This record gives sequence, structure tokens and C-alpha cells, in this order.
Amino acid sequence: MRRKLYEIIGWGILYGCAGITASLLLFLIGYILFRGIGGISWQFLSTAESVIQGTVGILPAIQNTVFVIVVSLVVSIPLGVGAAVYLTEYARNRRFVAAIEFASETLAGIPSIIYALVGVILFCTALKLQKTLLAGSLTLVIMILPTIIRSTQESLKTVPQSYREGALGLGSGKWHMIRTVVLPSSVDGIVTGCILAVGRVVGESAVLMYTAGMSMAMQNFSLDRMASASGATLTVALYHYAKENADFSVAFSIATILLILTVLINFSASFLGRRLKRS
Amino acid sequence: MQVLFTLCGLVAVGFVLVITVYLVLSGIPAIREIGLFPFLFGKTWSASQDQYGILPLILTSIYGTAGAIVIGVPIGFFTAVFLAKAAPKRLANLLRPAVSLLAGIPSVVYGLVGMCVLVPALRNALHLPAGDSLLAAILVLAVMILPSIISLSETALEAVPKEYEEASMALGATKLETYFRISAPAAKSGIAAAVVLGIGRAIGEAMAIMMVAGNVANMPALTRSVRFLTTGISIELNYSQDGSLQRQALFSVGLVLFLFIMLINAFLNLVLKREKEA
Repeated sequence: MRRKLYEIIGWGILYGCAGITASLLLFLIGYILFRGIGGISWQFLSTAESVIQGTVGILPAIQNTVFVIVVSLVVSIPLGVGAAVYLTEYARNRRFVAAIEFASETLAGIPSIIYALVGVILFCTALKLQKTLLAGSLTLVIMILPTIIRSTQESLKTVPQSYREGALGLGSGKWHMIRTVVLPSSVDGIVTGCILAVGRVVGESAVLMYTAGMSMAMQNFSLDRMASASGATLTVALYHYAKENADFSVAFSIATILLILTVLINFSASFLGRRLKRS
Repeated sequence: MQVLFTLCGLVAVGFVLVITVYLVLSGIPAIREIGLFPFLFGKTWSASQDQYGILPLILTSIYGTAGAIVIGVPIGFFTAVFLAKAAPKRLANLLRPAVSLLAGIPSVVYGLVGMCVLVPALRNALHLPAGDSLLAAILVLAVMILPSIISLSETALEAVPKEYEEASMALGATKLETYFRISAPAAKSGIAAAVVLGIGRAIGEAMAIMMVAGNVANMPALTRSVRFLTTGISIELNYSQDGSLQRQALFSVGLVLFLFIMLINAFLNLVLKREKEA
């Protein structure tokens, strides 16, 4: 009898907790779409905020987000892939490998508000970049580096040893072997890492709020002005509208866009991950 | 070429060193000026009175994290057992992407929903003057740590050898008894790692709780407006004068938070290492 009761309660708890998790997500999605989707229009996406016309637009935030993604990836991909190549292909000294892996794990565990502080001290103040998108992007480089290192490393490890031996046996040098055989066959993993990194950049707000500014005005991205562009990305814009302007319908519309981006990013990362596993 | 790759590898180490050195260097002046004891155990944080004691911030961070763990871990653990062992395959395949979607939602979005749904609901349910409170922050944090607890525990549970479970069921235990008495204990270090990771997530979160916790540096109580270590930094960082004691005190708060995180990370590595050895 007691055993039966235990069974019933146990299964109840299992289904109950899974149900809580699932309904949380459904509620979040439903609520955000319900409050946000009405405010999204072509004009909302393609113009800047205009006080004179009384219209709200988030084009500057979209442009700033794209700028931050591009700059941080351009800097961190070579660094991260290079570090992963060193770890899997070149490193002989065990201690050294352990130190690099420990460093990368430590970076992955540091919360973003600490990165924000470091960005303010290091990039904005010490390197005199001021509050600019550039300073924000460079801070994010440190943050996404572990993601790129790890997923590149994972996929480099799946490249069969025989490929390497074959290339070396045919007389190729080590660098030539890496460039023509190892890297091309692990490109899936590198791309997955980049997608995950994009996900982190899109979702990041604390760092960018303090290093990249909160302006919602159009930026000038021409080459000579690029370094001094400063403004809000989508997440920072959401915070700005919700907390400072108390304009919740705009905030929920931005949340809807962020939600759609998250779904896209998750979907493409898991799709690529599955392809990686199969090969 | 090798030199170049070595340099890339060194960059990560360099970043960690730079971060540590900068945080320590910029965190120490304010502690020197205020005094270590009054800084850590002072009960008043007020920029207008030039008083910077962070005891309320430390306690709030500890209480908030503990609360989130108490709520989030059981739900996360049972969901992980469900996903790894009990769920019909199709249901599991539906639930898994949902969990990773929860993990991917930006923290400001959690903050926004908390602000618009949870805070008014708490105000009405508990008849408070304002719903911005430690309780609201705990609930938001519990939801935010859920995905990492679920996915890490699930991985640990799935790594339990099938033979253990088969042996248990062959001896007449039901499925449920097997999950809780055989699989879960066998995966305990992985689950412990999940909990430690959750603690790290919760103590480091800033933006979402900044939107729901009210941000007044009170001593923590469930229904009071509170300020965490993280939000203590974030709420004043944009308004503090460069070079002022206030700004330097913020860096010191950052240093304290950094030490907390390093402690948790060291603990996490210990747990993971033990798991690898087992």
C-alpha cells in the first residue's frame, strides 16, 4: 500500500515539475507575443524614434546590434580558432594546456556585470575609447572567446587522426595540413561556436549598457566615424524603454524580436550540432 | 606559424590575468580608504552620506541565491529525471528544445516579464505597497537557473550505465524506485555540479533582478526592496563620477563579487574533477 502511494506521488511530482517547466515557457512566449506583436510594423523596424512625429522606431538599435556582433566576431574568431588549433594540434606541454583551459573556463564563469566593470576600467577609461560601440564589442570579445575556443576544440577533436597522418604522409607541412585538411573538416563546429557566440552577444545587456551607451539616435557608421559611434543595442533599448520610459508596449515589441532571434539562433545551432554529430 | 597559434592560446590566459589585476588594483583604494571591516560589515550604503558598507548587499546576494536554489533545484532535478528517464521519447524531444530556449532568452526579457507580471501579482497577493522585492528577484532567478540545472543534471543522469538500472529492476524495484534510488545517487556528483553552476548563475545575474528587486540597499527581507552585489554595481555605475570614492567603492564591490565567483568556480572544478575520477 505504501509502495503504491509512493508510486503515485512520485509520478505526480515528475509530471508536475516537467509540466511547470513547459508551462513556464509557454506562458513566457504567449505573454510576450500577446503584448509585443501588435507593435511591430515596417515603420517600427525601419526608422529611428522621432519625437516630432511621435513615432517609435528601433532601426538604430538593430544597426548597433549588428555592428557589435560583426566587430566582436571579427576579433574573436581568429583568436579563438587559433587558441583551439594550438591546444589540439601544437601543444606539447601539459601544464600549459591546463593553464589555457583553466583560463578559458574561468572566463566562461565570470558574470557579465564584472565584464562591464572591466570594460569600463580597461577599454573606456584606460584605453580612452570612451563609451562607444567599439569599446563594448571589445569587451564582448573576452566574453565570447571561451565559447568559440570550446566548440572549435570539440570539433577539431573529431577530425580523424588518419586525415592528419595522410596529409603529413603525402609530404604536407604542419601548417599546410591544418589549413587544407583539419580546419575545413571542422568548419561545422566553428560555425556552431560562432552562432552560440552571436546568441550571447544578442542577449547581453549589462556589458553594453555601461560600455556602449544608451542612445537611440541613428549612428554614423562611415569609416572615419565608426570608432566613435555610441548607442543602445536591442537589449539595452528594451531596458531603456521598460525602466526609464515605462513604455511597455515598445519594450514587449523588442522582446518579441529578441525571442524570434533566440529561436532562430537555437534552431540553427542545434541543426548544425546534429550534422556535426552525424559526420 | 606555431608562434602565432601559441600567442592565440596565451590571449585567454592574458585576459584572465588582466581582469584579475585590474579588478584588484581598482578595488583596493576604496577598501583602504573606508577600511576593510567597515566596508564588509557596514550596514549603510548611501552615496549621499558617503557611507559605503556592503553587508546588506552581501546578505541579499546570499539569501537571493539560496532562495533561487531552494525553488529552482527541485523543479529542475525532477524535470531532468523526467527528461532523461521517464518521459516518452516524443515528449522528451519536444521538451528539450524548450529548455534550451529558456536558456537562450536574454535576461532583460525575463526582467521585463517579471516587472509586468510578477511584481504587480505579488503586490496584489501580499497587499504590499510595492511588489519590487527580494521575493520577486528570487522567483525570477529560480526560473533563470532552471535550464542550466536541467541540462547538466540530465547529462549526468544519462551517463549512468544501463546495467545499474536493469539490475535494480530485475530485483523487483519499480521504475520510479530505480530512478530515485539507483540513477540519481549514481549521478550525484554531476547533479552537484549542476547546483553549483546554478549558484554561480544566480549570484552573477544583474539585469533581470535590477528590474524587479527595487534596488534600495535595505537589509534583506522577503517583501522588502533590496539591492544585490551585482545590482549594487549596475545601479550606480552610470551615475558615479569618475575617480570619486563612490566609483571606487563600486569597483570594490566588483572585487568582492569576483572573489565569490572564483570561490564557486574552484568548487565547481573540484566537483567536476571528482566526477571524472569516479
